[in-house]
Amino acid sequence: MLERTDQATLLDLRSVCRSFPKGSGEELSVLEKVDLTINSGEIVGLLGRSGSGKSTLLRIIAGLIAPSSGDARCRGEPIEGPPNGIAMVFQSFALFPWLTVLQNVELGLEALGIDSAERRKRALAAIDLIGLDGFESAFPKELSGGMRQRVGFARALVVHPDLLLMDEPFSALDVLTAETLRTDVIDLWIEGRLPIKSVLMVTHNIEEAVLMCDRILVFSSNPGRVAAEFKVDLPHPRNRLDPAFRQLVDNLYARMTQRPETKTPSLEGIQGTGVGMVLNHVSSNVLSGMIETLAAPPYNGHADLPVLAGNLQLEADEIFHLGESLQLLRFAQLSEGDLVLTESGKRFANLETDARKRLFADHLVNYVPVMGLIKRVLDERPSHTAPAARFRNELEDYMSEEGADETMKTIVSWGRYAELFAYDEQSETFSLENPH
Amino acid sequence: MVKTVAMALQDLRVPALGQALRPNVWDIVALVLVIGALVLIVYGGEQTTLPLSALDVAPVSLDPANLPVYALRTTMRMLLAIVCSIIFTFSYAALAAKSRRAEIVLIPLLDILQSVPILGFLTFTVVFFLNLFPGQVMGAELACVFAIFTSQAWNMTFSMYQSIRNVPKDLEEASQSFHLSGWQRFWRLDVPFAMPGLIWNTMMSMSGGWFFVVASEAITVGNTTVTLPGIGSYVALAIEKQNLAAIGYAMLTMLLVIIAYDQLLFRPIVAWADKFRFEQTASSDAPTSWMLDLFRRTRALRALTYPFAGLNRAFSNLHIEWPQSLQFPARRGPPSRVIDTIWFLLIGVSTGYAGFRAYRYLSVHLAPADVYSVIGDGFITLARVIVLIALATLIWVPVGVWIGLRPKLAERVQPLAQFLAAFPANLAFPVFVVIIVRYGLSPNIWLSPLMILGTQWYILFNVIAGASAFPTDLREAASSFHLRGWRWWIKVVLPGIFPYYITGAITASGGSWNASIVAEVASWGDTHLSAEGLGAYIARATETGDFPRVVLGIAVMCILVTIFNRLLWRPLYAFGERRLRLG
Repeated sequence: MLERTDQATLLDLRSVCRSFPKGSGEELSVLEKVDLTINSGEIVGLLGRSGSGKSTLLRIIAGLIAPSSGDARCRGEPIEGPPNGIAMVFQSFALFPWLTVLQNVELGLEALGIDSAERRKRALAAIDLIGLDGFESAFPKELSGGMRQRVGFARALVVHPDLLLMDEPFSALDVLTAETLRTDVIDLWIEGRLPIKSVLMVTHNIEEAVLMCDRILVFSSNPGRVAAEFKVDLPHPRNRLDPAFRQLVDNLYARMTQRPETKTPSLEGIQGTGVGMVLNHVSSNVLSGMIETLAAPPYNGHADLPVLAGNLQLEADEIFHLGESLQLLRFAQLSEGDLVLTESGKRFANLETDARKRLFADHLVNYVPVMGLIKRVLDERPSHTAPAARFRNELEDYMSEEGADETMKTIVSWGRYAELFAYDEQSETFSLENPH
Repeated sequence: MVKTVAMALQDLRVPALGQALRPNVWDIVALVLVIGALVLIVYGGEQTTLPLSALDVAPVSLDPANLPVYALRTTMRMLLAIVCSIIFTFSYAALAAKSRRAEIVLIPLLDILQSVPILGFLTFTVVFFLNLFPGQVMGAELACVFAIFTSQAWNMTFSMYQSIRNVPKDLEEASQSFHLSGWQRFWRLDVPFAMPGLIWNTMMSMSGGWFFVVASEAITVGNTTVTLPGIGSYVALAIEKQNLAAIGYAMLTMLLVIIAYDQLLFRPIVAWADKFRFEQTASSDAPTSWMLDLFRRTRALRALTYPFAGLNRAFSNLHIEWPQSLQFPARRGPPSRVIDTIWFLLIGVSTGYAGFRAYRYLSVHLAPADVYSVIGDGFITLARVIVLIALATLIWVPVGVWIGLRPKLAERVQPLAQFLAAFPANLAFPVFVVIIVRYGLSPNIWLSPLMILGTQWYILFNVIAGASAFPTDLREAASSFHLRGWRWWIKVVLPGIFPYYITGAITASGGSWNASIVAEVASWGDTHLSAEGLGAYIARATETGDFPRVVLGIAVMCILVTIFNRLLWRPLYAFGERRLRLG
């Protein structure tokens, strides 16, 4: 009995944590107490915003990075280095440009020391299965994106892994190509022709997760945790227009825009609020455009996120970034999968350029703590200048270096638009002086 | 062709320019270690008092019929040196890229090594190798090969090191995920990824190498005169015999040799290596080589290579794991403090010892006054380099822009400029010396241009490449806004070609320092010309076998070149890359 359970459980993670050093040298927690079990015969989706740590989790499972603490086991064996029986499909394809399609597919078998006749047979079978016949001697750069990702699939399938890991495998492809490839993979899966037992897929595309997965785990950010689990019982092939499908998509949107429950404040300040908030860079043009779109019909200040994303051809992740920036600036409100314009948002939509800039500047100083800080420091200093490093160091107490980079970029771009301050890239200083 | 150069130039990272601008403590450590090692080699050499006159070398004759044989000997030396350079590159770069502790020492060391004048190395290695094989030509041959090696290896190693450090993360993860061993990963990922940069740098090294092979075939160190049969010694004899016709023959032979080398060896390699270019889209004009096409069309010859391909595959598939310290960084715990401390202590002690030996050796033979006069000479040569680079810039930038903006012309001129850069300019020195002697010109001024004779072409072909790559839409925009005259130069074209120009100027400047050792002294028969300067100082000290002064001269040149690079070229390069790189 016990043995049967072990066989059925391919992957078992128990309170896995992972942290990375922050810019200030302290540890930044990316994953916190993640539990995850994957059984034979299911497709599991990890759905989350970019930066929610889901890719880190995937790399822990792939044995590419080690967890800081917790227990990660593949078929009962602790994961120390890439386990046998796990293969990965990469977002960027990760094909070796100097190897042909066939050589790329054979690579994994070669590393396993399989002899050349067997290698060739299995590689050709995988190429055949994934629909790459005729491309064996092509180099990756001669192929389209969709064909390249097929090579990525063939290369992973040829080692006959128990668990196939997919790291946003369709996100680098255009809409039509991605849809074809998804359908092909799902068809092969339900026909039982894939030499694998289970799939774990990381994605930030909500519809993709509902289309493909049997089980969806929603990841929350900062630090990454499994916030919710959704079961998808719809039979394959799934229809995007099916009301049950739409309902599930709406539920996931709502779950993902839910405000994170307030956490107890600690001494160093709360991660994600105050000065230590990571600002994702969204251009002021995009923000203005979004406000105008929301204010105009058919939305009239109120939009359903899945509908808005569909109409504007935006990824869920992009629309979340946009919505959150607007919410941060108090121009709109995110709730239950809807984006609602506030009063000042409506006012903004009707203003001229200069008045818009003044309103934007007001909101920046009042609602974005770090902007207020910079403005205060510049006002107080007799020289009215301050090195960027001064604020950067402060940011790095709360976030990773990449986070600080992104935030600085946003600060400079928003500050310039609002004409709050000038920034000199050469000397990396903020100042109140604008060229006249 | 032009496109290829432009692409290759983008791949080319001038060694170590990405690093911090200020010389750090590791530079000093490396400098002391290099000088100390040189002193130890000489010290060892001086202990062995063998009659160097026992050297048996076949006399060189001026009969042009011998030239093919001489050319062959010279070419063989080049080939041998390049093989050594490649082996060195693979091991040194791999070690530096994979081991943090090794990297701390190896990279600054490399940085210093590439500013040591190559002909300075020769002074020491001739004595060393001759004593290694007393009475045999072997020793002299090895010394010559070693000199070429030192002119080639450093930039190749830098290029490889930087490539390995910049291997794309997804490919790294893929090779780990598919269980490639460390050895497999090196041959399947690191080496192919490094290939385009490495080949480009090897070509540049080859160009420089011809200069040094010619210079090192006939050299006098103290009472040791080495004359190896080859084009260089042929020219040396022609100078002694004042035979201008023979010099013409030698130049013609060299010309043919370089063309053959390019067509038979390098062009095929470049065309073949095109598949290693790391890009996701197929480029329209891939480099071609008739030689490679010819070979690819043959069947019998190709069949001959299959066993080698199999061997190669088996070799790169060997299951060798690197030692624990060189693999899987993510899984490793924090580095051991104890080992770090021991390692740094070791470096400190070796540096201290090398510094002590160098000081002891030099202080016995030299007075402070020597140091001051050498530094003075150093500044004279520095002034020459600056003036010459400025002059070459004034001449070749406008010419290069003019050519580069005309694609048809650029296509034809570019290979010529590259060829001129490869041609060993020292073969042409006598022609200039004859003129200086005949008209009684001042050597202090008129010997100077020889320093830049061979290296100015780097400026030209880089500027041509830059101007060719200049976007058409920007040119159209400029003309539609009626930008003309100096405004057009300052605002449009000069910023556009700046990164390319800097790359060329850095190479030209480095080459000029090296050339100063042979350019500041010249002779024609019994007439000896000498200019004031550090190059002449080192050349004189070499000729009289005065090792302490050679060491001093080299140390000063090394320091000057390093400071010059850090204070001028690197900031300019960084500025160009950050602000002016188009696309």
